Amino acid sequence: MNAIVTVVGQDRVGIIAAICNKLATFNVNILDISQTILQGSFTMVMAVDVSEATASFGEVGEALAELGTGMGLSIRIQRQEIFNAMHTL
Amino acid sequence: MLNQKDILSTIEMIDQQHLDIRTITMGISLLSCCDPSADRACGKIYDKITRYAEKLVRTGEEIEQEFGIPIVNKRISVTPMALVAGASETEDYVPFAMALDWAAKTCGVNFIGGYSALVQKGMTAADEKLIRSIPEALARTELVCSSINVGSTKAGINMDAVALMGRIVKETAKATEAQDGLGCAKLVVFCNAVEDNPFMAGAFHGVGEAEKVINVGVSGPGVVYHALQAVKGQSFDVVAETVKKTAFRITRMGQLVAQEASRRLDTPFGIVDLSLAPTPAVGDSVARILEEMGLETCGTHGTTAALALLNDAVKKGGVMASSSVGGLSGAFIPVSEDEGMIAAAKAGTLCLDKLEAMTCVCSVGLDMIAVPGDTPAETIAAIIADEAAIGMVNCKTTAVRLLPAPGKTVGGTIEMGGLLGSAPVMPVHPESSAAFIARGGRIPAPLHSLKN
Repeated sequence: MNAIVTVVGQDRVGIIAAICNKLATFNVNILDISQTILQGSFTMVMAVDVSEATASFGEVGEALAELGTGMGLSIRIQRQEIFNAMHTL
Repeated sequence: MLNQKDILSTIEMIDQQHLDIRTITMGISLLSCCDPSADRACGKIYDKITRYAEKLVRTGEEIEQEFGIPIVNKRISVTPMALVAGASETEDYVPFAMALDWAAKTCGVNFIGGYSALVQKGMTAADEKLIRSIPEALARTELVCSSINVGSTKAGINMDAVALMGRIVKETAKATEAQDGLGCAKLVVFCNAVEDNPFMAGAFHGVGEAEKVINVGVSGPGVVYHALQAVKGQSFDVVAETVKKTAFRITRMGQLVAQEASRRLDTPFGIVDLSLAPTPAVGDSVARILEEMGLETCGTHGTTAALALLNDAVKKGGVMASSSVGGLSGAFIPVSEDEGMIAAAKAGTLCLDKLEAMTCVCSVGLDMIAVPGDTPAETIAAIIADEAAIGMVNCKTTAVRLLPAPGKTVGGTIEMGGLLGSAPVMPVHPESSAAFIARGGRIPAPLHSLKN
């Protein structure tokens, strides 16, 4: 099952490293990363595969949100279907 | 293939434009709970609802978490209670409302709808008992919603029921006086009520429906408002196209959530209701969309035309995005639940007569409107009759949810909190309609040829 991780907030050293580390601890595989600075804020979108994850979707989401709070970022993970539904025919 | 811009636009819709699923409503048939003993019937009702809807709230929360889309309400609708309670040998129907309330609390849902009767052509003894029990039932329960259908295009308007409902609305306000007449926020009077509406207070599970079903109501006035800000000053063709595209996206999301909920709960998917349902939060208002189209204040001349365009474009966009559209589908204009409507009513621009005109072109009707506490029951009945006539003649659903504000007059406000919001008391015409309402009988169904 594929999911999308989005990260928005103030740019700083180590954001990608911290998130990749966190995902690795749950055995979540990263498929694609795109990152940019949009209107002054750090914006990253990652496509990930959670089918081999060692924790439930909810637990991964909570761990990422918690990591985000600590770093002043908004981090969320959502199943890819929602974006497909809204933006592709 | 997804691109970053699309993904971030979805995140922005959810974070800043109040995009959400307004409700997942499970419809449950209670026809199998009929029993000559009221006690046994109530027991069966409680057991059936709690068995079917046991996982509803948990499933809703799981979907919310996985898809990252807020699902504001989880609700239950049931068979119109007059049909179920009618089998029991009892004069007191309040225990049936208590059973619904108890079941709703056990399941953890926000509301349960279906303390209802369909009396468009005539009232059975059970219908009348249920209607007369409404004030006490709504005062003694927290989560139960009640709806009465008093008219239809095929049957006409039951004016005896209309007159009775005028008195019941007043009595309900009095019975819940300590809470500013909150009971009336849970009581709606319909013409052409639909059987698959997921929204409260008017949801019930029609007799033509399956054993159980999942209906989903989407929302998103904030998203439409935001999209229209990008096309300032452009022609109405562009406005209509923009609303359609936005409604399409919102509905696709609703369809996805509905299918997922249906699968996980092993319950057939019913419909997606395409309504634009506002909340009192700033940025989640239907009135502000109309103002964005170029009106200084909602309620001024042009409002009805703007709403007609919006309502139609929402349906056109949404209908392509879902395999089954139903419910009320359109734009809601509940005054107390819409920050822009509240402001327009307080400013005196939005009046009851204009709202009535607006209901000719949008979904539902005179909704969440506070009127002076001393408004006569006959005047309330006459307002219901006017609204039912609009629905009957135009083959559409209309409804009245008036809130007579106990002890308050024009200029006062009633506060209900949460999604129900606050309502400024609006003036009604002081001239009497009593002799009109006293006639009783039935207004015949309209002719559907020779249209003018």
